[in-house]
Amino acid sequence: MAKELWEGNAAIAEAAIRAGLEAFYGYPITPQTEVLEHLSHRMIELGRVFLQAESEVASINMVYGAACTGVRVMTSSSSPGISLMQEGLSYIACSEVPAVVCNIMRGGPGLGNVQPAQGDYFQAVKSAGHGDYHMIVLAPSNVQEAIDLMVLAFDLADKYRTIAMLVADGAIGQMMEPAEMPPLRPLRKPEERGEWALTGARGREPNTITSLYLGAENLEVVNLRLQEKLRQIEANEVRWKEYDTEDAELLLVAFGTVGRICQTAVREARAKGVKVGLLRPVTLWPFPSARLAELAGQVQGMLVVEMNAGQMLQDVRLAVEGRCPIEFYGRMGGVIPLPDDILPELHKLEAAVGAG
Amino acid sequence: MATIDIPADMELVYQRPESLTPAHTHYCPGCTHGIIHRLIAEVLDELGLRERTIGIAPVGCSVLAYYYFNFDMAEAAHGRAPAMATGMKRTNPDKVVFTYQGDGDLAAIGTAEIVHSANRGELFTTIFVNNAIYGMTGGQMAPTTLPGQVSTSCPSGRDVELAGFPMHMAELLGGLPGTAYVTRQAVFDVRGIRRTKKALTTAFRAQLAGLGFTMVEVLSTCNTNWHMSVLGALEWAKDKMVGYYPLGDTKVSDAVRAMLEEK
Ligand SMILES: Cc1ncc(C[n+]2csc(CCOP(=O)(O)OP(=O)(O)O)c2C)c(N)n1
Repeated sequence: MAKELWEGNAAIAEAAIRAGLEAFYGYPITPQTEVLEHLSHRMIELGRVFLQAESEVASINMVYGAACTGVRVMTSSSSPGISLMQEGLSYIACSEVPAVVCNIMRGGPGLGNVQPAQGDYFQAVKSAGHGDYHMIVLAPSNVQEAIDLMVLAFDLADKYRTIAMLVADGAIGQMMEPAEMPPLRPLRKPEERGEWALTGARGREPNTITSLYLGAENLEVVNLRLQEKLRQIEANEVRWKEYDTEDAELLLVAFGTVGRICQTAVREARAKGVKVGLLRPVTLWPFPSARLAELAGQVQGMLVVEMNAGQMLQDVRLAVEGRCPIEFYGRMGGVIPLPDDILPELHKLEAAVGAG
Repeated sequence: MATIDIPADMELVYQRPESLTPAHTHYCPGCTHGIIHRLIAEVLDELGLRERTIGIAPVGCSVLAYYYFNFDMAEAAHGRAPAMATGMKRTNPDKVVFTYQGDGDLAAIGTAEIVHSANRGELFTTIFVNNAIYGMTGGQMAPTTLPGQVSTSCPSGRDVELAGFPMHMAELLGGLPGTAYVTRQAVFDVRGIRRTKKALTTAFRAQLAGLGFTMVEVLSTCNTNWHMSVLGALEWAKDKMVGYYPLGDTKVSDAVRAMLEEK
């Protein structure tokens, strides 16, 4: 299929349709609303389920209900709405049903604003709902990648019977770029739903989906199984992109929109003779810790750049374990760091570690 | 269904419905949840719906209802069963979906979900068990606790100046255009039990016919947390609860009326 001009949010919505989305439940919030608006007509045209819920609390529980029956289902929102979904996400994680959630992040905390931000890194990656669980967290840095990762999100959610969350910021959601849509996949047939799904106990024993396990030992067994699944995901699903790292003496680490801006910063710094590379995590959970640890043995220092106060920074530090100095540059409140802001920080790091 | 060899001179008059498992329930002696479970099971058996039913258990004393019902079930977060049911029924219009909810679950923490599901005319059935108290957490005030009724969180009786008035959910939901059939029944005596069963049959038939949202509120007892004997609780309920929560239909849509007349 040829490239077309797509707005990020509409592209995310259309990619979900192409991936076989059977039902969408959501609530309007800027800068995500175009996802809901696109689906409001496309899903109906295609004879699929679309419903505007009364709240994000309801949206995520509608997703939970539909997911229990083994259909491909998603919701999308932006930061404050994702906060409201945390209870439901925890239930879904424990119940082990596949669900896809999209967070087009905005400035926070509180009502914050509707500018692009990355302040929900902790919320997504550490899992803000109660109990021990992780979601697979995918972070695109452009519209094409948002499309590709949206399709991947459904496949990973199904494969591991878990939650896959796409986290993009308002910049990716609102920008227009040429991108290629995958072909429309056929919808899953009712008989193709998982054996675990609630489809009516016809000729079989009843299925139960619950997150309640009375008795400490019982719940520990469930937790051990969930942890085992998370270890598998960590072993199989870490994704990242590298730019100019082969001979790098300094390393930028950034995700999403900032990762993309850092590509420009790398180009400009290289033009001035600074041997810098970039690692851009594509999965924020699982995190490319092993590769960062390797690179820590190669480079003389790292600069983490984020649109928050230093959230991914903590995971970079955990990965690097003090093997090289790590500096941080962050902007908050919806301010986007530009290459001109990043380059001086890079020079500072260069001077501090004596690179070059 | 359990097969029993019946002597030639005897007739089988009573047995466990296929829609119930043989499990012993965890409910307190005297609790009416067991009666309501059985009525739902009998109705689903009689309508031949067991194999296409998906039930949703609430958070509350009936959180383990999936051990007792012999069909597919999910367990919801506190108050969110109607949202889950919406998600299920919209993607599975051929299934019969119901929520089973207590008064704290439905009329406090889950008020938004039940009101909007009802108003959208979601095609599932809610069985709302109103025992005027939070049973599972040990007897705190519920949104349905009667004025003056004592609970562990209103030890001198519910003061409406402080805590507001009890919620009349059947009246509230019956007033919404999306509802097809809303009724309040009680399981305090044989007559009430029979009427409750009839109401459940109407609700499930209306769901099958796609007529709109259906709810059967069932007044129920909690002798444990009311600190009464089993019979004392039934007497108190008949005397006090029915006075405050009048029994009967609060909504029978024209379509439901036509369905009932057709029969
Ligand atoms: C979010 C959340 N808040 C509070 C609780 C604690 N809790 C469990 S059951 C319950 C009350 C249930 O009362 P009701 O719905 O009336 O049902 P009953 O137990 O009387 O059958 C509460 C408050 C919870 N599990 N989850």
